Amino acid sequence: MSKIVQGNFQILANKKVGVDYFKMEVGAPSVVKQARPGQFVHVRCRNSIEPLLRRPFSFHRLKRSSFEILYKVIGQGTNLLAKKRKGDKIDILGPLGNGFQLSSINYQLSTILVAGGMGVAPLLALAEAGVGKRSCPVLIGARTKREVLCAKDFKKLGAKVRIATDDGSLGYRGLVTDLLKKLLLSTKNCQLSTIYACGPKPMLQEITRLAKNFRIPAYGSLEENMACGVGACLGCAIKTKQGYKQVCKDGPVFNLQEIQC
Amino acid sequence: MPNLSVSLGKLKLANPLLVASGTFGYAGEYQDLVSLKKIGAIVTKTITLKAQKGNPPPRLCETYSGMLNAIGLENPGLQAFIDKKLSSLRKIGVPIIVSIAADTPAQFARIARRLSSIKSVAALELNISCPNLGKRGLIAQDPQATYRVVQAVKKATSLPVITKLSPNVTDISAIASAAQRAGSDILSLVNTFFGMAVDLPTRKPILGNTTGGLSGPAIKPQALWMLRQVFRATKLPIIGMGGIMNTRDALEFIVCGATAVAVGTANFVNPRVSVEIIAGIKDYLNKNKIKNIKQLVGSLKA
Ligand SMILES: Cc1cc2nc3c(=O)[nH]c(=O)nc-3n(C[C@H](O)[C@H](O)[C@H](O)COP(=O)(O)OP(=O)(O)OC[C@H]3O[C@@H](n4cnc5c(N)ncnc54)[C@H](O)[C@@H]3O)c2cc1C
Ligand SMILES: Cc1cc2nc3c(=O)[nH]c(=O)nc-3n(C[C@H](O)[C@H](O)[C@H](O)COP(=O)(O)O)c2cc1C
Ligand code: FES
Repeated sequence: MSKIVQGNFQILANKKVGVDYFKMEVGAPSVVKQARPGQFVHVRCRNSIEPLLRRPFSFHRLKRSSFEILYKVIGQGTNLLAKKRKGDKIDILGPLGNGFQLSSINYQLSTILVAGGMGVAPLLALAEAGVGKRSCPVLIGARTKREVLCAKDFKKLGAKVRIATDDGSLGYRGLVTDLLKKLLLSTKNCQLSTIYACGPKPMLQEITRLAKNFRIPAYGSLEENMACGVGACLGCAIKTKQGYKQVCKDGPVFNLQEIQC
Repeated sequence: MPNLSVSLGKLKLANPLLVASGTFGYAGEYQDLVSLKKIGAIVTKTITLKAQKGNPPPRLCETYSGMLNAIGLENPGLQAFIDKKLSSLRKIGVPIIVSIAADTPAQFARIARRLSSIKSVAALELNISCPNLGKRGLIAQDPQATYRVVQAVKKATSLPVITKLSPNVTDISAIASAAQRAGSDILSLVNTFFGMAVDLPTRKPILGNTTGGLSGPAIKPQALWMLRQVFRATKLPIIGMGGIMNTRDALEFIVCGATAVAVGTANFVNPRVSVEIIAGIKDYLNKNKIKNIKQLVGSLKA
């Protein structure tokens, strides 16, 4: 297990990358040293009483001595983050959680990445860790064209990117899980594939169903409200077939067939 | 060097800073982040006789300057706690206070008896914020029920007994006095305040359990006031808590009558807060030429 670090680290960049989307790079050698894709950091958005709790964000990119997070501005915490400037310090706790089991990824077999909305965030780190070296399919779903993120980054890695938008403003009109179903139907020996997914609950539920029908393994990165982030408060529980598990410690990556909704 | 050591009856601590039950797990979760051996005492998550699976999610949410939790006492049960958690806790080398809960005085006594036979347990904290069987409300809301639980535990153990009071009462000094009469060695307060939060778009409660316990800086003024009342109503040493975020907060509790203090929610925000407060108290005593922390306890000019 990776050693957890807490400290104030320097922001190397914090850029707007879309309507409400920002990308922040933080120089934190001690955090990235043992970090892996699928893990996350718990960020204190400001050193004051409000907002009280830290905010969890997945590693979007892991570099040699820094990491990036890709975040959507939602409420008080992310608004404060968006105002940070290059050179500011930020209080980071991490790396946290289990991350994707890279050892279980068999590069001979095909890997399919499925992202809904912000779900692209952890999947890029996964693709950069090697999965994308093969021309694996990456399916990205979003409400509209403006909310499609990272397509270029995945393409650069050689991935076969397919896009679905709710309004058809880019790519297929409809759900990203429809794309997944079509892909699985048209893939020979699709049972040799593995799915890695991140996105909203209904998307993950549909992927769980498809993966079960096609008999292929599927892993998803899940979210739940968090306080400690280290497994101490038992506040981020989700229901699994083996009882409650903590998203921050036992997850955030779970075998989707284990999850009970 | 000012003297930071405190005595809560028979329970001696190197410093007055504890970590509150349920906010520090079984300490191992924080070993990478905090120098655990510097903490005055560690209070474990509440243990029950049988394992409890806890409440359905979501179990927590943030509120104005605070948070609500409805964990539902998830814990592995007494035997698994002894087998799997206690040995690593013991190795830390600081007093370990085991928080316990049960439905009946007899069951409280049974857990207390079992833990008394274990050398590494320094004290027991009775979490009486649990349902008062056969009646409405909590044990901690009923002076008689509180009396019966404390009395049963005192008969079962020679360990120091800490009774943890709930703030969800009309008159906290009545409960504190009942605990004192029944032989409680120490009091701790406060546990969390009842509360709830609503998700307006769906008009549903945010917490899976609908209601939860409010903690954090939002409750500090109420906690201080309750501490003050209990300090005046009883002679027992008190562990004060409720919204302590920094050294100043901790000192305010001590001035109002707490012999020791506990940090809870603050651990989630800053895992090192307990050791930072210990250093901060030392600085304060030095700067104000106070030789012994005891001189501050209850020193409020009122
Ligand atoms: C493991 C994990 C990884 C995440 N990775 C990313 C990421 O890479 N990019 C990104 O944009 N977002 C990510 N999120 C969601 C992100 O944590 C929330 O969007 C953020 O906390 C919102 O904070 P706020 O103050 O702006 O919003 P508010 O809605 O004002 O927050 C109120 C409270 O609810 C909590 N909260 C709100 N939304 C979520 C959520 N979806 N999950 C958990 N807690 C929430 C906040 O932490 C805060 O305590 C992740 C969540 C988890 C659990
Ligand atoms: C997530 C969480 C879990 C808690 N679990 C317990 C518990 O198991 N037993 C208990 O006696 N108190 C429990 N508490 C209450 C705390 O020990 C403390 O009394 C309360 O949170 C007030 O202090 P604070 O404002 O510093 O957090 C819990 C509090 C929180 C926030
Ligand atoms: S957030 Fe505390 S256990 Fe997961």
